[in-house]
Amino acid sequence: MNAIEVRGLRKSYGGNTAVAGVDLAVGEGEVFALLGPNGAGKTTTTEILEGYRDRDGGEVRVLGVDPAAADRRWRAEIGIVLQTANDAADLTVRETVRQFFGYYPDPRGVEEVLALCGLTEKANARISSLSGGQRRRVDVALGIIGRPRLLFLDEPTTGFDPEVRRQFWDLVRSLAAEGTTILLTTHYLDEAEALADRLAVIAAGRIVAEGTPRTVGGRDRAPATVSWVDAGGPHELRTTDPVRTVVELSARGPVHELQVRRPSLEDIYLDLIGARA
Amino acid sequence: MTTTQVRPQTTRPLPSTLGNGLARGAAELKMFFRSKEAVIFTFSFPAFVLLLLGSIFDTGETMPGGASMSQVFAASMIAYGILNTAFTSVGVGIAADREDGTLKRLRGTPITASSYFIGKIILVAVATAAEVALLLAVGVLVFDLRLPTDPAKWLTLAWILLLAVIACTLVGIAASGLAKSGKNAATVLNLPVIALQFTSGVFVAISSLPEAMVKVAAFFPVRWMGQGFRSVFLPDSMAVGEVAGSWELPVVALVLGAWCAVGLLLCLLTFRWTERRAG
Repeated sequence: MNAIEVRGLRKSYGGNTAVAGVDLAVGEGEVFALLGPNGAGKTTTTEILEGYRDRDGGEVRVLGVDPAAADRRWRAEIGIVLQTANDAADLTVRETVRQFFGYYPDPRGVEEVLALCGLTEKANARISSLSGGQRRRVDVALGIIGRPRLLFLDEPTTGFDPEVRRQFWDLVRSLAAEGTTILLTTHYLDEAEALADRLAVIAAGRIVAEGTPRTVGGRDRAPATVSWVDAGGPHELRTTDPVRTVVELSARGPVHELQVRRPSLEDIYLDLIGARA
Repeated sequence: MTTTQVRPQTTRPLPSTLGNGLARGAAELKMFFRSKEAVIFTFSFPAFVLLLLGSIFDTGETMPGGASMSQVFAASMIAYGILNTAFTSVGVGIAADREDGTLKRLRGTPITASSYFIGKIILVAVATAAEVALLLAVGVLVFDLRLPTDPAKWLTLAWILLLAVIACTLVGIAASGLAKSGKNAATVLNLPVIALQFTSGVFVAISSLPEAMVKVAAFFPVRWMGQGFRSVFLPDSMAVGEVAGSWELPVVALVLGAWCAVGLLLCLLTFRWTERRAG
């Protein structure tokens, strides 16, 4: 059974179509990234999967259950890291985490979660006194306290400094290693590349490409760019067979600053969402 | 495909609604008493109004029936206290919970809506008890209000408090949806509160109000709350100042009971976990 199974999902607000027929399948234990520009239908899709929104059409199964008809048992099995929440400002970090600990049938330990999220030192601080990145870590702590089988991470590392971001990636990897299925939405393509087993790009309410970070959008077959400097100055060549170009160059004589660049995930992504001519 | 072992669904029992509700209540109380502005300005406001009105009308004269005007205010103002801690603070509090993400976050956990409301009820119960105690302290110390010695009066106080708090809380929960955002909820909810207090004989003695106003206000709970509290804290001779010339306690029970039912119905029809939003 797949953790997430979506067929022909549609949703519009008034006359505006937000999701226009999305199909998705996320296997159990997979880390799946959903990429797309703002307004592409990412948030609407995840909010339907999380049980926050009704849909207009299509089949949705999350952990085998239709989220529109989900019960407490189902909610105990999922974890949600919200994008914008500013609640519980007058409670301390530990008080908040401990409260959520009590909502679940089989939670992780409070101190364990504080340590996992790097919050041990801030445990007695009021949430209102935290920085944006620390606040975000509390969101993550509340998302994983229930030991979810499926975790929704919506823009989880916004406001993190690079070091904390790396720590967070390690946390996601360790959750994945325990068998947690993770649906990640993010703007950071390096994050998707570092974490995701598979990813999909959504644009204008449709999935426009799906694959692994290495293959999505034909990335493995797309032309590479070879650049070098020789007596005639700098050169650049786009080719589907960069090895041959390099062999020819080495036969021809002295070249400097030889570089072979595969298209980055960002290049592929920008092409897919039509942001580049 | 990865070969990691997938963890099976847990079979442990879900936490109880009551247990989660008590935990919510503890958190609500901590948050309330830690926000100093709320405690100082919102919570003490009725006592402040009582001090002002009571002093302005403290002319030394007695009203027909033997009590002073300030004592009538002190008794009636308990209705304002309950409106403040039950109706307004619940309505504003839930609108804020909807706006700041509290409700959305809770909706994503196995907690039940009932647990959330138990938390609010605990907050209202504690805040109301403190509010009534504060108002009575001001009444007794400043305006010479006399606490009843007859246990039957205390029993009356208990059931009126209970019905009033339930009715105001339920209507407050329903009213939380009227405000489009948490920011203007206080403004929106204050209008009916102020209007009803003028027309129900809390800020102005009911005997001096126009007849039409009194008739309209009779459909709302505030008038009956005030009348009920006057019956507890004023001598029975003061009943001559009431509209019917008596305390009409059965009508008080009937109207407040009806508003409990109306409030519950409105709650069930209108409660939303999240803000209404187009996109």
